[in-house]
Amino acid sequence: MRRLPALGDAFAGDPGADRIVPPSGFTARLTQFTAAAMAFLAVFALALSLAAGRLADHWGEALARTATVRISAPEGQMATQTDAVLAVLATTPGIAGARLIPEDEQRALLAPWFGPDLPVESLPLPRLVEITETAEGMDAEALRLRLSGEAPGAVLDDHTRWRRPLVEAAGRLRLLGWLSIGLIGATMAAMIALSANAALAANARVIEVLRLVGARDTFIARAFVRRFTRRALEGAAIGTAAGMVAVAVLPGDGAGPGVLTGLGFRGLDWLLPLALPLIAAGVAFGATRLTAMRVLKGIT
Amino acid sequence: MIELEDVSHSYGGGELLSGISLKLEPGSFHFLTGPSGAGKSTLLKLCYAELTPSRGRVRLFGAELGGMDRDAVARTRRRIGVVHQDCQFLDHLPLSENISLPLLAAGRDVAAEAGNLKELMAWVGLEAQAGSLPPQLSGGERQRAALARAVIMAPDVILADEPTGNVDWEMSLRILQLLIELNRMGKAILVATHDLNLIRAAKAHVAARVLRIKGRQLLLAGADL
Ligand SMILES: Nc1ncnc2c1ncn2[C@@H]1O[C@H](COP(=O)(O)OP(=O)(O)OP(=O)(O)O)[C@@H](O)[C@H]1O
Ligand SMILES: [Mg+2]
Repeated sequence: MRRLPALGDAFAGDPGADRIVPPSGFTARLTQFTAAAMAFLAVFALALSLAAGRLADHWGEALARTATVRISAPEGQMATQTDAVLAVLATTPGIAGARLIPEDEQRALLAPWFGPDLPVESLPLPRLVEITETAEGMDAEALRLRLSGEAPGAVLDDHTRWRRPLVEAAGRLRLLGWLSIGLIGATMAAMIALSANAALAANARVIEVLRLVGARDTFIARAFVRRFTRRALEGAAIGTAAGMVAVAVLPGDGAGPGVLTGLGFRGLDWLLPLALPLIAAGVAFGATRLTAMRVLKGIT
Repeated sequence: MIELEDVSHSYGGGELLSGISLKLEPGSFHFLTGPSGAGKSTLLKLCYAELTPSRGRVRLFGAELGGMDRDAVARTRRRIGVVHQDCQFLDHLPLSENISLPLLAAGRDVAAEAGNLKELMAWVGLEAQAGSLPPQLSGGERQRAALARAVIMAPDVILADEPTGNVDWEMSLRILQLLIELNRMGKAILVATHDLNLIRAAKAHVAARVLRIKGRQLLLAGADL
């Protein structure tokens, strides 16, 4: 908690203390540019993460839907095979429930195509069993194998199954997005630590004089920390704004969950990138402070 | 207040100072002489903890230097006014800000002490130079500014390293006068100088002890000084 007031300090500004370190126009510009570029990239990584997340959720929902077993068997075997299928399903791990769709329900399903007077009983219609999976899901291949042994007329139709690799890919993409944001933050920390190191070296004489007149390390560090924090904040704010504009003008269909057309922020998502400048400022604060305290240890 | 006990120091090669003992009491006035390169500046640096001795003990205001952390050293330095041989100003800041730097470093409200600062600048005769940058000043002006910075925290001890180097005799006497005034206020003064005339001039006004570094040792100079 001792860091928070110091972080606040970094923005409050103290003209007297700020002037003790001579200004350095060029490196200041570089730090700002770095922060701006990193924030710009982070906006895209964030948009990618959120879009991939939406995609994974959307496809994931579809997966939770039920699968069906279709049984087509010669007239005499229909009842035995149906019983066999139900028995198999009852003992298959990963299945929460199996429901034989009653004939009248089946007739209602077919009515829109064939009219209400269809003599379902007289038609060789397949029977349908609706399966609800548990959260863990079932092993479809194993079930197919068992069904072919017990009820040769049964066909497992899990048409949603093809989506699983896509959901996995979307999840991985989301993870990559967050990882990118982490790497962008770490890169920014490294770059700021480097330029803080250079600034400290360039001002070795100033630091020496300050130590001689009784300045504590934290006081000296603050002069540098304040500078770099403010530059990172300003740069990141510019970069974030630019990134958000770029994302806003990306062409998209506005509704679909596709990776390309869905890249962007929805609703309250737009508030998330606004945290980037603050995170950048925090990163700069930490990186500069650590660097400064380490360098100062070497000066009497 | 400042106590050196059997202190030795070397910069890596042989010992420059060896078995030095020194005690600065409140209200005392010491001169430190010796040929160039004898180690006068080095001894002063040991007194305000810019250097740590290779042997012996340094006690500052009753606290052992060896047991102090960096913050404690910083706080202790605020109680010792130092006129450095090379002044040690920040060349990008105007003189007034250089002189009030110790206040800023100590976290004091500089604006609130503007009156004191002005008085101090007048005392050393630099009111007109308040806005000048240190490189624009003459040698004597810089020496007086350094003295002003040394006393702005109202320290009880003042260590002056060649405070009259690079200035003419008249200016030397003026600076000496300021140091004698500070001594009369009860402050302990230690002046490193190779200017024997300055020491003689001072002796007419204060009971100053003269120390000399000779052959790595600290000796009390004879009555000829
Ligand atoms: N940082 C250092 N590293 C190595 N040697 C040093 C260092 N500082 C001083 N010396 C050496 O120590 C010796 C004493 O230096 P010091 O500055 O204490 O002498 P001084 O008595 O103050 O001389 P002067 O009258 O010229 O100011 C000199 O020979 C100098 O070269
Ligand atoms: Mg010297």
